[in-house]
Amino acid sequence: MGDNHDHDHDHVHDHDGQDVPSATALRVKALESLLVEKGLVDPAALDALIDTYESKIGPRNGARVVARAWADPAYKQRLLKDASSAIAELGYSGAQGEHMVVVENTPSVHNLVVCTLCSCYPWPVLGLPPVWYKSYAYRSRAVIDPRGVLAELGVSLAEDVSVRVWDSTSEIRYLVLPLRPPNTDNLEEEALADLVSRDSMIGVALPVAPEGRAR
Amino acid sequence: MNGVHDMGGMHGFGPVRPEADEPVFHAPWEGKVYAMRRLVGAWRRWNIDAGRHSIERMPAAEYLRTSYYEKWLQSLEMLMVERGLITAAELASGRADPAAPKMTPPVKAADIPVIATARGSSERETSVPPRFAIGQKVRTRKINPVGHTRIPRYVRGRTGTVELDHRAHVFPDSNADFRGEAPQRLYTVSFAARELWGDAANPADAVLVDLWEEYLEPA
Repeated sequence: MGDNHDHDHDHVHDHDGQDVPSATALRVKALESLLVEKGLVDPAALDALIDTYESKIGPRNGARVVARAWADPAYKQRLLKDASSAIAELGYSGAQGEHMVVVENTPSVHNLVVCTLCSCYPWPVLGLPPVWYKSYAYRSRAVIDPRGVLAELGVSLAEDVSVRVWDSTSEIRYLVLPLRPPNTDNLEEEALADLVSRDSMIGVALPVAPEGRAR
Repeated sequence: MNGVHDMGGMHGFGPVRPEADEPVFHAPWEGKVYAMRRLVGAWRRWNIDAGRHSIERMPAAEYLRTSYYEKWLQSLEMLMVERGLITAAELASGRADPAAPKMTPPVKAADIPVIATARGSSERETSVPPRFAIGQKVRTRKINPVGHTRIPRYVRGRTGTVELDHRAHVFPDSNADFRGEAPQRLYTVSFAARELWGDAANPADAVLVDLWEEYLEPA
């Protein structure tokens, strides 16, 4: 699924309407069996790693970090000073999150994260990136036209709000700390985490008001 | 290299199109490719920079035509052959050379919870003092490395301000070619949007880019 064609699913429908595996799916299957035959990978380890990123490591981790920062000023200070350690306090660490920096949105500053050269993304707190984050459209435009991208995605900012775009060109990974929505003073941390969407931690959305729903 | 992967500032790729309720993997083979690449990586026959460079070395038209995980698949096959984990004949036939010894995978299923949260690091000790200080004006060098590099074209020859100092990290330009980690200071440099894109840009906006010391000179 580059930008301009549909997802290559495991199966395609041939002219008889029968399911046949796609060429790519067959190629992957052949490679897997070769690697298993040679003893290069353990097939159970492959499945365990896939399950880890499908069901355990995802944007709920980042949402808990944000909610803790909103609820606990001392934690927020630690998070802004040494994000890797503060995030590890909640048990989140690992590949593509070794050197975390948290950037804070304020009424006058909005942060946005991109990787123009590939698709670097903070896996331990956000999971694996969505297709749009990896798309050529986002990678090319986020740095030259951040306000246009934000407007397309439903975020319009005042002209005097400073947009700071972080291009992830090294092993430093960036997470946006969104502004806490109003009227949330009485919410517990778990309820606060429900307001924090993945996209708000990349900087392409704002946290939803309590009656809304996180994307 | 001035490859098509260096996309910052390009036009013509259309709108950003989010997908509602997007799955982590869109087909089972995508998950397999992701997991194979990570677990074959545990053989340590290459490093993360060589891995990125292998994707950049794809022919430009092929790069644009393929999806993210198709790129991972192609580069994984390429790296395994180049680094001697499999032969081209094995890749073509899909069968192991009967003469090749059977190996033992370095990562078992029971290791995955540890692997998934293990903290590696690209930071390295250095006794070299930093050349630049936070708040200092710097100019990016006008360079066009033909190999792997992490200085995007759109910031070359531009003036910015050092915003963060990340101490010394592995230098990708060297590491990608297996010429050693050659760690050096890494900074985040802030560029005014107008410095990069001209007067049409909003004067309040900035782009911040992580840049190694060798990419920079005093302004």
